[in-house]
Parts: sequence; structure tokens; C-alpha cells
Amino acid sequence: MSENAAHADHHHVDYIKIWKILLVLLVISVVGPFLGDFLEIQVITLITAFGIAIVKAYLVAKNFMHLNLEPRYAVYLLLTMLMFVFLFFAAVAPDVMKHEGQNWVKPRIEVVEAPVHH
Amino acid sequence: MRPIANTRSEAGIPTGRLAVWWVVASEIVIFGGLLASYVMYRLGNPEWAGYAAHTNVWLGATNTFVLLTSSLSAVLAHQAAVAGDGKKAAKLLYFTCLGAVAFLCIKGFEWTTEIQAGYTITSNTFWSFYYTAAGLHALHVIAGAIIMLIVAETAKRNEELHRVELIGIYWHFVDIVWIFLFPLLYIAK
Repeated sequence: MSENAAHADHHHVDYIKIWKILLVLLVISVVGPFLGDFLEIQVITLITAFGIAIVKAYLVAKNFMHLNLEPRYAVYLLLTMLMFVFLFFAAVAPDVMKHEGQNWVKPRIEVVEAPVHH
Repeated sequence: MRPIANTRSEAGIPTGRLAVWWVVASEIVIFGGLLASYVMYRLGNPEWAGYAAHTNVWLGATNTFVLLTSSLSAVLAHQAAVAGDGKKAAKLLYFTCLGAVAFLCIKGFEWTTEIQAGYTITSNTFWSFYYTAAGLHALHVIAGAIIMLIVAETAKRNEELHRVELIGIYWHFVDIVWIFLFPLLYIAK
């Protein structure tokens, strides 16, 4: 328990305050994209939806998971995994996102809309 | 007597907590790979915006609220465990489990509505991603709730209080995954 206490004693984080900030960010992430659609400014949607998601994740990782109190290698471990995800994205994305290249054309797949029953 | 594996600390992190970080690291690759694939397809197929328009933003936002609140109770449980108050920690873990149940009920209602409207996992690639990502996440919520109940049982006897923090770290990670699933599946139209 002593290591646990040492790990947690440090911080006089006001968890309720962090939770309130997260809720405000949630509201912004819902309202922002509506505003972005209304004003037809896509960057508002991108920032309020995905930018705020990154901020929320950072707040949870730092204040709730106490990642900032762990030895640096724990952070590097997680960042390495994230790097693998980006590497995967970079390697595969051109093939998935492009429909044709210099010497190839992807066969078009027929997309069938699901039947809607109201 | 506690097993030696729990008490050694050459790594600078208690072994149990280090193990949870390894779990989280492997989960980053699992969910990261899935979400990265979704983003690739989403960017390559602009018509997916039309499918995403059928997901319910308000139910997604409610579930985000539920998970953020359950994360708060999980970290408060950790705080109580550090103070040596196992009973309070157990109560807060039960409250966190209640959040898990609420999340799953909302998700169940949402899926029922969507399936009744004809959007199933086989409808098209968007809906396949939707049910796979949300379903995998829901399985993690169920697993977390079960582990939390087991941890709460020992915590209320003031035993193995360090486990409260361990399940908390896992739970916060499940919360973070949802933080990214929410804009990807519900908001980006």
C-alpha cells in the first residue's frame, strides 16, 4: 500500500473540477459540429470534435490515470504503441483511400443501402 | 503473505500496475488499428457521412456523460483506497459498475432501434465498423464491470486495496477509447 500511497499522495488534484471541465468539453464537442455545419466551416467541426477529444483524453490520462507520475518509460511504452498505429495508417492508407494509382485501378464495389423500415 | 511478484519494484512501478500498463499498451494497438482502419475507409468513402447521419448523437453524448462520470467515481474510489477506507472505495466502485450498466442499457436501446430500422452489421462496411468498434468497446465495459465487482468485494474488507487503482487505470482507458469513438461514429457526418 505504501507505493500506492506514494503514488497518490503527491497530487492534490480536484477530481470534481476535472470532471466539470470534461463535461464542458463534451458540450462543446456536441454543439461545435452543429455550428460548423450551420456556418459551413468544416474546420470548426474538426477542432471541436477531434481536437477536443484529444484534450479530453489528455485530461483523463494525466489526472485520472496519473500517467504523469509514472516513470517516463511508461509514457514511452504507450507512445510507442501509438507510433505503431500511425505507422500502420501510413503504410495502408494509400491503398485503402485511393481508388486508382499510376498503374492500377481498384475494382469498384457496389454499395447497397440497407432497407429502411419505419 | 503476498507473492513476491507483487512486491518487487526494480521497474520503478509496482508489478500489478506495470501489468495494467502493458494491457493498456496492447489495447492501444487493438483499438488504434480498428479506428485507424475506420478513418482510412471514412476518408476514402465520403458517402459514409450519409450512413453516420443515422447514428443518434444525443444517445452517444449521454453515454459519454455516463462514462466520464463513472471515471470520476473510479478515481474517487482510488482516493478512498489510498486513505485506507476500503468500504468507501467499494461503494464508489459499485457506483462505477452502475455507470457500466447504464452505458450498456443505452447502447442496447440504441442498437435495437438501429437494427429495427434495417441497419445491421452486414448492411455495409460503415455499419460493420460501427457494430464491431462499439461492440468490442462494450465487451471491455462488461469485463471491467465484472472485475470491478470482484475488486469491490475484497476492498470492502480492506484487503488488496492496491487493486482499486489497477481496475481504475483500465476503466479510464475504456473511457478514453469511447472519447474517440464518439466523434468518429456519431459526430463526423
